[in-house]
Amino acid sequence: MAGIVRLWKKFPSKYGKAGIIVLVLALAVVMPWITSKYNVRILTLAMAWAIAALSLNLILGYTGQASLAHGALMGIGAYAFGIFAERVGLNFWLALPIACLVTAFIGLLIGLPSLRTKGPYFAIVTLCFNVIVYKVFENWQWLSGGIQGQVVPQPSFLQQRWARYYFVLGCLLLTLIVMHFIVKSLLGLTFMSIRSNENLAEATGINTFRNKLLSFVVSCFFVGLAGSMLAIENGQLDPTITIHLNSFYILIFLLIGGAATLSGPLVGAIGLYWLLDYMKKIGIKGIEEFRYLFFGLILIIVIIYMPRGLVGGLKQLWEWMKSRLKRRKIGEVPE
Amino acid sequence: MSFFFNQLVIGIQLGSQYVMVALGLTLIFGILDISHFAHGHLYMIGAYLLYIVMVLGGINYWIALIICMAALAVGGVVVERLVYRPLRGQPHINTFIAAIGLILVLETLVRGIQPKALSVPKPIDTTLQFAGINMELQRLFVIIGAVVLIVLLQLFIKRTRLGTAIEAVAQDREGAALVGINVNRISALTFAIATALAAAAAVLMAPLAFVSPEMGSVLILKAFVIVVIGGLGSMKGAIVGGYLLGIIEAMAIAYISSAYKDVFAFAVLIIILAIRPTGLFRGRD
Repeated sequence: MAGIVRLWKKFPSKYGKAGIIVLVLALAVVMPWITSKYNVRILTLAMAWAIAALSLNLILGYTGQASLAHGALMGIGAYAFGIFAERVGLNFWLALPIACLVTAFIGLLIGLPSLRTKGPYFAIVTLCFNVIVYKVFENWQWLSGGIQGQVVPQPSFLQQRWARYYFVLGCLLLTLIVMHFIVKSLLGLTFMSIRSNENLAEATGINTFRNKLLSFVVSCFFVGLAGSMLAIENGQLDPTITIHLNSFYILIFLLIGGAATLSGPLVGAIGLYWLLDYMKKIGIKGIEEFRYLFFGLILIIVIIYMPRGLVGGLKQLWEWMKSRLKRRKIGEVPE
Repeated sequence: MSFFFNQLVIGIQLGSQYVMVALGLTLIFGILDISHFAHGHLYMIGAYLLYIVMVLGGINYWIALIICMAALAVGGVVVERLVYRPLRGQPHINTFIAAIGLILVLETLVRGIQPKALSVPKPIDTTLQFAGINMELQRLFVIIGAVVLIVLLQLFIKRTRLGTAIEAVAQDREGAALVGINVNRISALTFAIATALAAAAAVLMAPLAFVSPEMGSVLILKAFVIVVIGGLGSMKGAIVGGYLLGIIEAMAIAYISSAYKDVFAFAVLIIILAIRPTGLFRGRD
């Protein structure tokens, strides 16, 4: 036992991190073989929501602007994919990027007026946009397909459930890699400087409005991708996909998981989505109807006591433990 | 022409409802600096409470009004104490997110217990006719009730010691604490007043519309629109903005489209904020 502890202490945390990533990735790859078909479907949907949470992470976690239009934008991405693939009849590989670009463009249109406002005003304005988009989809039958909804075609190579799983997994990894590079680049630092102190960032010569807009548009591109993934997995769309509650859910996934980390949105979206479905499935009377009540409570408790979320909190705990260990070694803290 | 005046009355009545909710919100948002997004859901709770007290409990409507206002005032104080006070001094967006959590809690709770929309009978079910205008008596109650409450609130803020203390906290929280005002108690009081106002609006409006779990979510957005347009913390702005929005909406429903009736307010807000990001009037900021 002591040997293992010694080995662990010698083990640089860099390799530890890489080890965890490899382990999670391996688990994700073998998942379709070791679990039921139903779970594969739930995981596929959860990963689509994780892409959405990651996209919100860029604008909220790193740039500090709480967008509540992401539910609507996800719906726009889903509908754009459905319309281009089914009604226009475009090739799958053409329809997918076009759907993302359309979402990014709508995001640009929404961002131009709303990003001039700050803090809770921005949240309110984007929420207003979300309600408008939902009302438009609800009332404009031609766009949303009315009660029958919009059919989304599944290309031949995505007919199988496991194929869709790997495809969404691939998109999730792509999103993660892009986010990683954005966050580690100078651009990411620029975003974070806006989050920390917008006036100071402006004073150092950063064009805060343009950078916020860039962050928002990139974020919209990826939430469009998330919407397309949901559309492909479900095969059918109706106007409720644009409802503002979806914005709340993305926000909850992100915040409970941990904003401003790359693993937080993953943990939050996949863990909570699975938990939500589990509560629905076990069929104990009372739990299904009241599951969002627990989520609301968790959100309040997390925001009060753990504002950095689950992953942020764990990180903090880890740093604290490490510093304790170090200090004990030097002998500064004899207790 | 009588159609126009009918719509005008409906607009004023809608505006009365908006003013009562927006006044509470502007008190909380402007004075305590809390973006209390769950205010509309407390309004919804007020309407359900009326159903419990009046329809299930069989108590007279006007006594039920007092009971609901008192109960919701206590509810507002509890919310302030449990959710918002621990978040004081943190970024605005955190209180906003906590409010979203509160919304989920309240809406799921009500929906889980009673998923169907309910209707509350009118206390006096008559229709007045005057110069070509047909008006249900309840609409008149809403309009008069709003005026009475607005006047009472103004008198309370301007003429009493406690009201002046609220103003003092709004102007300078630390300064108010220095001269011996208990800031925590003033926060609780502000929440109690604001939530009681929302309860009054809910009780007056309930007989005119269905009571449903999602009735608060669009209303609170409109109240925010009014507060932003009227200037943060400005009671005069909230009153003018509320009546204006009600009338605009009633006219838009009549002459443009009723399917998009909830969109107009938000479109107005977006246009205004795009031109002036800090709102139309400068409030107490």
